[in-house]
Amino acid sequence: MNIIEVHNLTKVFGKHHEKALELLNKGFTKNQILEETGQTIAVNDVSFSVEAGESFVVMGLSGSGKSTLIRCLNRLIEPTSGSIVINGNDVTKMVQTELQDLRRKKISMVFQSFAVFPHKTVLENAAYGLKIQGLSVAEREKKAYEALELVGLKGWEASYPAQLSGGMQQRVGLARALATEPEILLMDEAFSALDPLIRKEMQNELLELQNKMNRTIVFITHDLDEALKLGDRIALMKDGDIVQIGTPEEILMSPATRYVEKFVEDVDRSRVLTAEMVMKKPTVVVMLPKDGPRVALRSMEENGISSVFAVDKERHLHGLVMAEDALQAVENNQKDLEKILQHDISTVLPDTPLKDIFALLSGKSAPLAVVNEDKKLLGVIVRGSVMAKLAEGGTFND
Amino acid sequence: MIEFVIPLADWVNVIFEVISFHISPVMRSLSAFLEVIIRQFEAALLWPPEAVVMILIGLIVWRLAGTRLAIFAVLGLLTTFGMQVWDETMATIALALSGTAVSLLFGVPLGILAAQNDTAEKIIRPILDFMQTLPSFVYLIPAVMFFGMGKVAALVATMIFAMPPAVRLTNLGIREVSREMVEAARAFGSSRWQTLTDVQLPLALPTIMAGINQCIMMSLAMTVIASMIGAGGLGLVVLQSMQMLDIGMGTVGGLGIVILAIILDRMTESIAKKQEASKKIN
Repeated sequence: MNIIEVHNLTKVFGKHHEKALELLNKGFTKNQILEETGQTIAVNDVSFSVEAGESFVVMGLSGSGKSTLIRCLNRLIEPTSGSIVINGNDVTKMVQTELQDLRRKKISMVFQSFAVFPHKTVLENAAYGLKIQGLSVAEREKKAYEALELVGLKGWEASYPAQLSGGMQQRVGLARALATEPEILLMDEAFSALDPLIRKEMQNELLELQNKMNRTIVFITHDLDEALKLGDRIALMKDGDIVQIGTPEEILMSPATRYVEKFVEDVDRSRVLTAEMVMKKPTVVVMLPKDGPRVALRSMEENGISSVFAVDKERHLHGLVMAEDALQAVENNQKDLEKILQHDISTVLPDTPLKDIFALLSGKSAPLAVVNEDKKLLGVIVRGSVMAKLAEGGTFND
Repeated sequence: MIEFVIPLADWVNVIFEVISFHISPVMRSLSAFLEVIIRQFEAALLWPPEAVVMILIGLIVWRLAGTRLAIFAVLGLLTTFGMQVWDETMATIALALSGTAVSLLFGVPLGILAAQNDTAEKIIRPILDFMQTLPSFVYLIPAVMFFGMGKVAALVATMIFAMPPAVRLTNLGIREVSREMVEAARAFGSSRWQTLTDVQLPLALPTIMAGINQCIMMSLAMTVIASMIGAGGLGLVVLQSMQMLDIGMGTVGGLGIVILAIILDRMTESIAKKQEASKKIN
């Protein structure tokens, strides 16, 4: 289900936007319009939709209109034309009170400059949204404590923001946004002001949080690595237009325009990397024929995965056990693992280039098996870990 | 020969006559209200024994600004008592504080209005310029016309003189609050009122405190000039000594005013500093 639908959104900065819109419809370029009317087209006829639970990244260089776009979503900036439908309601048609209600309950925001209130304690900051909702002190402090614990700031409740480092201040900002339990989280270059190490740490934590909470996130960034790492889908913006929307794989493997191509050039490690370099060692497997569904299920539970490869003593790959199948087998008291094995699994050779792996990975949640010519299991490739490694750009040996 | 004359003086006189006739009921109720304020202040300061007042003021100063200023305040008040201008000193404090109170009562809301609304600011700004640059003697006359000789007229004159910094610095303080702070407040669904009270005003407080400080100092300065229209107090002591060329008496009055000025200035300053400090380090 689409939680956010944006149709033909345009934002013109300046007093005479009708004139600018008219020229825009006639096909004038943005520069011509700027010269002619003095109006700046920040966002130009943009349409996209975001699914519930999705991490949608809008990427672009400064001045590409991405910050304006995200502010249109909660109308911190008034859109000039177009519609924004959130949960079936058109935000652009909302009156002030409806808009306030939307911001209080459904959408919250994290800012590049943190924007935590210096005159409030960490706890009061985290509780801000709840205070505006009108919750009692006891209730909002309880929720704020929980949110602070979630972002790892337990014990700092009584401090003031000035006493915290940048990374910690942004955690306060994140806690403030999470405390209201919004459906949608808008993150405007949330990690851009942090130094690289802290940034990476925060990215990982956001991914972890997202796993737990499954909120819809719209994340703005100018950093391709960050976009690849965090985004389920990425929209690339240039001069107010969205030039391409797609999964990280699509953006990397089939750039829509020269611009995107140039953008992803630096990150194009996919052409030099092979399966061997990104795979994980298959530490979690079930042994045939000795292990049954019960063992398979337990090892999946222990390792927090939803499927596990089955091998024999010589580590030859026999198939994949899915959690739901194993569960059913246990319930039906079925002992034979062989019967629930899935055999049509994708396998690759160790020297398969990464760009071919993308095609196999996209759209699937099942892991890829890396096998040698004798069908011996050498490693496992999971979609998330590939993107993370690609984004990190560091060493690829596990 | 063409004679070019702008009879501004005549016009103003006519206008004032009309105004004072038509709005005298309003003026009378305003006058009554102002009178109550200043009488209350005076009564509170003059009714108890001098020693009690001295100790109380000392305690208040100690609480707000620390031991050193408290000692200075008690010694200073003791000096005015010794110079036999106790009643005048209390009258001056009453006038200065009620002038400040009334200025803030009107000035802070006006400053908030100016900060929220650009049109309001455009209208208010030249009026403030006018109020500040107009020689203070000029509006002593209309003040007397509307309110008669006495403390109320003095209070109105003080208000005209002391209100502009309160309005200006409130406006400035709120406008200086960074855009991100206001944006963050709005992003969480704050109404304008919530944004104002919970974010803008607290963050503007140091600047507003500087405005209050200026407001107090200007009220105090005005008490001297306003003594010409019946303000009484230390100003009157100075005025009389000027008329009688009594240098000694003039020094007494002047010294009294300086003592009050130092106490009030340092006190508001240290309140402002404390606020800023508590914001940074808990």
